[in-house]
Amino acid sequence: MKSSRRRFMKLAGIAALGLGAQPVIKAIAPASENGPQTQFSQGPNALTARQWAMVIDTRRFKTAHDLEPMIEACHKTHNVPHFEDKNHEIKWIWETHFHNAFPDSANRFTSEETEHRPYLVLCNHCENPPCVRACPTKATFKRESDGVVMMDMHRCIGCRFCMAACPYGSRSFNFVEPLKGLVEKEINLKYPRRMKGVVEKCTFCVERLAEGQMPACVEASGGAIVFGDLSDPESEVRQVLRENFTIRRKQSLGTEPCVYYIV
Amino acid sequence: MNDKKWIVLGLVIFLALFLSPFLYNLVTGAKAAAMPEVVLTEQAKAAKQCVMPTEFMRTEHMQLLDEWRLKVVRSGLRDFTNAEGKTFNMSLSNTCMDCHSNKADFCDRCHNYASVNPYCWDCHIENPQGEKK
Repeated sequence: MKSSRRRFMKLAGIAALGLGAQPVIKAIAPASENGPQTQFSQGPNALTARQWAMVIDTRRFKTAHDLEPMIEACHKTHNVPHFEDKNHEIKWIWETHFHNAFPDSANRFTSEETEHRPYLVLCNHCENPPCVRACPTKATFKRESDGVVMMDMHRCIGCRFCMAACPYGSRSFNFVEPLKGLVEKEINLKYPRRMKGVVEKCTFCVERLAEGQMPACVEASGGAIVFGDLSDPESEVRQVLRENFTIRRKQSLGTEPCVYYIV
Repeated sequence: MNDKKWIVLGLVIFLALFLSPFLYNLVTGAKAAAMPEVVLTEQAKAAKQCVMPTEFMRTEHMQLLDEWRLKVVRSGLRDFTNAEGKTFNMSLSNTCMDCHSNKADFCDRCHNYASVNPYCWDCHIENPQGEKK
């Protein structure tokens, strides 16, 4: 057979077409990695929402002592280590002063009672989270399904950009091996620990929501914290928000926090 | 071509070095290290099959775990249904290690043989029932 320029071009064209079609064929006929008939689903009891939110009734808490059960419930459930050294502190939920929680709402002269109340603060699971934009590895992300700002610990490289980006100080970095700050017997065996060099924070108890339970702090609050779907007008949080005046932390930054405070 | 003897000498040295491991094995009659035997717990034996067929698990468990992680963390899907229609909670600690609670005799044997050092257990608890410690 005589080879000609024309024939060569034809063959090259067909070959290129074949190569180009490969990803298309793969996409049309996806052979799942786990075999053909496997499927993934949410658990039967899972609580679902478009955007989870929390309302904290601060009127119910008079002293820092009143907040301890919630902080302890959270930190016990999630194996959050305790370190005496402030530089190594890991906190998912903690107590703070009015001035620190709401710097743009603090007036020069204000109600003494409101000012001296303890305030429970945690990750706000913002609708527009700045930490997510800062993360170079997409280890932290806003989950499409329920609006929770999550961490993929496997992917975190410990750069701490998210900590710099978060205006609420909701994130902690594991400067030391977290196991050193845990009491061996008190470790919750159902929940993983973390390793040195990753950032961690509140997860709105996604592992509990998946089993149909309310977050640990909500359960421990005795009704002072309400949790529910912000996008559902009939939900309990929306009901509470309709009936009470609430404020949010540093609202002027435009992050749209999802934790509301009744003051 | 005055360097012929040097080239040949070099080749001979190279070949001797290159073949030395094979010659060593031929002379001493050494065999490859035996495949490790993994030990199944009573619970694992009773279950007969893992979440996927044994052959698949043996070669692809890392890909399976990787996909499980993605589904749980990113998509919030926590249940996995296999081809037989059995449903499992996708959790390394609470599902895998619940059955294979003998990490030293199950996971580590193969991992050591293959000289891989996964750091799953830095965070995930190896025996969720807390039997050993």
